[in-house]
Amino acid sequence: MEIKVQKRVLEANETMAEKNRKLFAEKKVFVLNMMSSPGSGKTETLCKTLLRIMPEIRTGVIVGDICTTNDADRLKETGAVAVQINTDQFGGDCHLAAHLIERTATQMDLDHLDLLIVENIGNLVCPAEFDIGEDARTVVLSVTEGEDKPLKYPLMFRLADSAILNKIDLLPYLDYNAKEAVDNMAEIHPGMPVFSLSAKTEEGFEPWIEWLTSKVNSKI
Amino acid sequence: MHEMGVAQQMVDIALAAIPDDIENPRVAVLNLRIGKLAAVVEDSLRFCMEVITKDTPLEGVNLVIETIDVRARCKDCGHEWVVEGPAFRCPGCKQGAVELLSGRELEISSLELAD
Ligand SMILES: [Zn+2]
Repeated sequence: MEIKVQKRVLEANETMAEKNRKLFAEKKVFVLNMMSSPGSGKTETLCKTLLRIMPEIRTGVIVGDICTTNDADRLKETGAVAVQINTDQFGGDCHLAAHLIERTATQMDLDHLDLLIVENIGNLVCPAEFDIGEDARTVVLSVTEGEDKPLKYPLMFRLADSAILNKIDLLPYLDYNAKEAVDNMAEIHPGMPVFSLSAKTEEGFEPWIEWLTSKVNSKI
Repeated sequence: MHEMGVAQQMVDIALAAIPDDIENPRVAVLNLRIGKLAAVVEDSLRFCMEVITKDTPLEGVNLVIETIDVRARCKDCGHEWVVEGPAFRCPGCKQGAVELLSGRELEISSLELAD
């Protein structure tokens, strides 16, 4: 006997993501889902970003990590509200799902936030698959990784609204073709803004901050 | 890897779809549709299903997976094509605005109960 089902497996997550999106719209909080591979310098980029946009843009951060609180501790030094979610109690998951964001965000004072940044778990595969109710996605890549990363992880770059190519201060010391990396991103997602910058020296930071600020302001 | 979570969802969906009046049901086949762009590794999924269905009506279930091509349409010239490889630029007009028609499916289409 055959039973028709025709059900999307990620439906439970998508329903929760929609619920999150409604809550964030009500509270007029812009939500940015930041994703990257491990070691791309996402936390450093975030720290420098927070130092530039706060306190004008009131920002909260949800940090996903499998088991440490190192990242949240670094972010708190900027004065932002930072909450860490550890996924090891959920089986060491490789991504943040919508229900984890719901549980955490509803404990934050959303009435006093303009921007909520979700620092997703360092992984270019799984986080792309899970909608958390965000307004935009930014993927962080660094020049110490392969130029072909965008081609290897197409869904991540396809679904991103912008990308950061970090650690450009290292370019003089590396045999890295930054143009090729940017071209590869354009192949996957034509028209997506790519910000080449260095979180360490803050070279190239302005266009990224402008992009983020205008996105946040569009929701207030 | 999130195949374990996906497998768990599949088991939940399948169990909910079995009519209540069937005694000791046993699911023999699960028909799935998985897009090439969905971040699911087939071998991992099979392994996770095997582990997670132990002592359930799905124990030993055969996963029949229909792989769905990535199809795209150019919003500028209307050209439709199957995306082979990772690039998403319209081969017709080389313009940017591309819409994804399929390739992200992750669905159970039906299940077959053993007699
Ligand atoms: Zn075209």
